[in-house]
Amino acid sequence: MSSQLAERIGTAKAEGRAALIAYVPVGYPDVEGSIAAMVAAVEAGADVVEVGVPYSDPGMDGPVIQQAVDVAVRAGVGMTDVLRAVEAVAAAGAVPVVMSYWNPIERYGVPRFATDLAAAGGAGAITPDLIPDEAAAWLGAAEGADLDRVFLVAPSSTEARLRSTTAACRGFVYAASTMGVTGTRATVGDAAEKLVARTREARPDLAVCVGLGVSNGHQAAEVAAFADGVIVGSAYVRELLEGRGTDGVRRLTEDLARGVKGHNGHLGRSEGKA
Amino acid sequence: MTTSSLQPPGERVLPARPGWPDATGHFGVFGGRFVPEALIAALDELTEAYEAMRVDPAFLTEFDALQRDYTGRPSPITEVPRFAGHAGGARILLKREDLNHTGSHKINNVLGQALLTKRIGKTRVIAETGAGQHGVATATAAALMGLSCTVYMGEEDTRRQALNVARMRLLGAEVIPVTTGSRTLKDAINEAFRDWVTNVETTNYVFGTVAGPHPFPAMVRDFQRVIGDEARAQVLEREGRLPDAVLACVGGGSNAIGIFTAFVPDDGVRLVGLEAGGDGVDTGRHAATITGGSPGVLHGARSYLLQDDNGQTIESHSISAGLDYPGVGPEHSYLHDIGRAEYRPVTDAEAMEAFALLCRTEGIIPAIESAHALAGAMVLGQELGPEALLLVNLSGRGDKDVETASRWFGLGDREEVDPGPGLDTDQQPTEGAVTQGDAVAGPDAGESA
Repeated sequence: MSSQLAERIGTAKAEGRAALIAYVPVGYPDVEGSIAAMVAAVEAGADVVEVGVPYSDPGMDGPVIQQAVDVAVRAGVGMTDVLRAVEAVAAAGAVPVVMSYWNPIERYGVPRFATDLAAAGGAGAITPDLIPDEAAAWLGAAEGADLDRVFLVAPSSTEARLRSTTAACRGFVYAASTMGVTGTRATVGDAAEKLVARTREARPDLAVCVGLGVSNGHQAAEVAAFADGVIVGSAYVRELLEGRGTDGVRRLTEDLARGVKGHNGHLGRSEGKA
Repeated sequence: MTTSSLQPPGERVLPARPGWPDATGHFGVFGGRFVPEALIAALDELTEAYEAMRVDPAFLTEFDALQRDYTGRPSPITEVPRFAGHAGGARILLKREDLNHTGSHKINNVLGQALLTKRIGKTRVIAETGAGQHGVATATAAALMGLSCTVYMGEEDTRRQALNVARMRLLGAEVIPVTTGSRTLKDAINEAFRDWVTNVETTNYVFGTVAGPHPFPAMVRDFQRVIGDEARAQVLEREGRLPDAVLACVGGGSNAIGIFTAFVPDDGVRLVGLEAGGDGVDTGRHAATITGGSPGVLHGARSYLLQDDNGQTIESHSISAGLDYPGVGPEHSYLHDIGRAEYRPVTDAEAMEAFALLCRTEGIIPAIESAHALAGAMVLGQELGPEALLLVNLSGRGDKDVETASRWFGLGDREEVDPGPGLDTDQQPTEGAVTQGDAVAGPDAGESA
């Protein structure tokens, strides 16, 4: 069987660009509003949408994402809503991948999650606080349902962990570019490029996508120069938090989409490499 | 059999660990590491350095000397017969962790982790704190060892435990009130993890309880087990026998694991953890994680937790900031599931009744956390009768709680406190002995005072 994520990232590569991956948490400002934002991102050029599962204790997220998911958690948003968003993203023509801390999946039931996600057209799941060492149940269920599983690597990962983590991945591996939590940053930094190179060495046939800190076309272009995909999260959430809605999402996506093609976005600075 | 902790340093023999966790930090199905990959290298470094240090004679000598000369170990055992008169006549012995420097058991763990921080060459420590006892202990160790120190504390807790905030600041620590989520311990832990993942090159996370990702549950247990190692030897020496039951309050569960561990192989000794029942487990407003929760993943480990159908953590409620936590250490979940320990809820009201009783009958003001264990002893003593010998971990002292207690009992604005009748008698607490009189009125009294 085949990986939806690997295929889509491969298509982008064939077009001579990096894939654009947009993270939007389900349930902010409400479920419908978040689905509309996802669809707008797809229409404006996102290849993959990370459909975010709201969680009460998002230990890897900075204040922007915390603020949005807090609203969703309080509203009682759950996996049923997440699966509906997955269907909407698939219908709009992008590849949906669920992004979830582990407990909501465990609580829903791991085999049930895998079955329902596959039925909704989801590619698989990114699990930021689940390392492959603890993932036996998920790996088994994902294999059974032909789903992708995306784990994270970090600048602090040893060569041995880069090997074992990438070996457990299917679809792509998420390179957390900086040591820290999610949030927009002025610069992405050298750490990302080094990490991508080390990760490729560990497993050359796996796509490496970079997240944490990318917020505009300029930075997207910078990352696209060395990674297979560019992941943008907090910048999307900020558009929604600041009330710019689907128009803001569309404008941001267009800027980022130019960036992943190697063109400096108009929102970015001009001196960057492309 | 005597325990090693009372032997002179030169003869130090490490007590045998229980047969858990396994090499990857699992207590049966519980424990493990559920953290971002970015932290794995730091956890591996910590595990490796700790395993080397714990058998290093130089470390053991330094650690034992600090425990003796700085903390004041061994802590004594105190029998409390007047209090025990309200516990069915069972004999009650208190392990006096309240007499440690900084006022609780927290210092035991912190000195070990601070030495470890120096060994791995880091210059800054961070900590989470609920009641402030772990924060104060960490700030103390940081001052002693020249480390810079940042403590995360829920904003709600900074208000409840203002005295401890002041103590931490006097000790040179930076205290950061956490305003996310429920603004209590759970959220302080989230913020501390966020700090750690960002500053891991210079910073060590001094975790305060037997929860969190491996190696914290095992390491904190090892540092806290001195409580039970000492107490077991002390009780044997004094009584010529083991206690029938060992009781301790359980939030994250470090003082309980600390006193339980030495007794785990003693099948005849009941191990009883007292969870914070808040307004009552059936009200939903409580922090009784094992009694009222279910297995899941929180703060880096699989354990029991309070969660809803979507897997969201439910905010806990307790009068005691130190027990106000919706999770619990994985070893407790394991001890519960294998039937080696039992966990019971104690409501705010029951804990405060025991709090008042210990003050009035024994001249000891306990931490409200520890008062939960005392309340458990009052019930268990009545179940077991006068032949029973109970060992209770008095994990901390109540100086930090005087404001909360004064409000609860309506003592706040009184110029003169009438102790009220009944406290000198042998009345059973179920007769209302502690709740009679102006001085120990109900929780609402404070509002009108």
